[in-house]
Amino acid sequence: MSSYPEKLAQVLEDFSLITTRAERQAYLIELADQFSRVKVAPAVAQPPYDEAHRVPACESDAYVWAQENPDGTLTYAFDVLNPQGLSAMAVAVVLADSVNGAPLEQVASIPSDIVFDLFGKDISMGKGQGLMGIVNMVVYEAKKRLKQA
Amino acid sequence: MTDIQQRGYAHPDVLVSTEWVAQHLKDPNVRIIESNEDPLLYPSGHIPGAVEVDWTTDLNDQVVRDYLGREGFEALASRIGITRDTTVVFYGDKSNWWATYAFWVFQLFGHTNAKILDGGRKKWVDEGRELVREVPYYPATHYQAPERDDHTLRAFRDEVLEHIKRDGQLVDVRSPMEYTGEKLHMEGYPQEGALRGGHIPGAQSIPWSRAVKEDGTFKTADELRAIYLQEKGLDPQQETIAYCRIGERSSHTWFVLTYLLGFAKVRNYDGSWTEWGNSVGVPIVKGDKPK
Repeated sequence: MSSYPEKLAQVLEDFSLITTRAERQAYLIELADQFSRVKVAPAVAQPPYDEAHRVPACESDAYVWAQENPDGTLTYAFDVLNPQGLSAMAVAVVLADSVNGAPLEQVASIPSDIVFDLFGKDISMGKGQGLMGIVNMVVYEAKKRLKQA
Repeated sequence: MTDIQQRGYAHPDVLVSTEWVAQHLKDPNVRIIESNEDPLLYPSGHIPGAVEVDWTTDLNDQVVRDYLGREGFEALASRIGITRDTTVVFYGDKSNWWATYAFWVFQLFGHTNAKILDGGRKKWVDEGRELVREVPYYPATHYQAPERDDHTLRAFRDEVLEHIKRDGQLVDVRSPMEYTGEKLHMEGYPQEGALRGGHIPGAQSIPWSRAVKEDGTFKTADELRAIYLQEKGLDPQQETIAYCRIGERSSHTWFVLTYLLGFAKVRNYDGSWTEWGNSVGVPIVKGDKPK
């Protein structure tokens, strides 16, 4: 876990201390409720969005944008078109809060299965894939910038 | 006559409207049950009085790939406070994928007094109806269930093999690209859990979503017949097996064929593609033709 962005490592540590499903759900819902904080600004993108930003395999219609900071790191923004897509919103908030401005090498090495650290093992294959797709998109953007550098 | 009764279904009583549910929220003989794919939906707000039945933790055995047994079902029924006389009404996300899945599992234990909320969670939410976060408490009941019946409504791999030898009717309800074998998984993304792509020989491709309208409610019987009978040539009198990836989407189609179109005998192959696509030596067809 030491190679993760520092804030992400802390979030995962927090989740590892959760012992009950209800507590996990309550925490994730609390995060999802904050989604407006990380939603893409109209100045960056407005619907209908460019399909290049759509997360493959995510049935909640999640989108990801990455904007370069002056120091070369990235700030991510998200949208989730399905108003019932709470899990996707929670993942977006976790990622925005924990990888924005983090070293690209660290972001590029985040494994998609952190989704299971957040949600536990009892999510469906389809749901898990969609959420991992959001992580993969974030990772992909970091890798792309590293290649260009 | 209600809108649902006017749609020409074989068994219209198995569907209820949002208005019907709203009128029965305090009916002690009715239990509203939410079943979702997204584990955050129920705790974030549900129909007042509704209980949650989770497909992973409540309906599946936690060790073997199988459903819960009789004792497990009795414990579940007791926990949600139902008797064999209680009318259970399922609803959920994804146009009722998981609601029909839970409904199907309840049928394996003979709880036939069951209904689906037409349009599911989405319709209830879209209509601006009340959602609450309070989890209701119901006194535990003493529910006596029969042994699970795996023969009438459920198909196993070897039975599917026999079925295709007899040229039996099969419906593949996955997406067209899963059916053709064009995509096992999205490029650069995790495997979907199968080593081979394609479909079971003879299966007609009819994605589950064709049975529902934009608002999540079911299409009329005429519209469904146009798809399943006229377009795809299914015979309602022939035995039919539906499958998808793990049996959840196909339980939706099982529901449509059985209750809305009145097919004589429909079974759900819940092993589905995660079993078939990983099995050694079973026949597979690639491309967009059934055979």
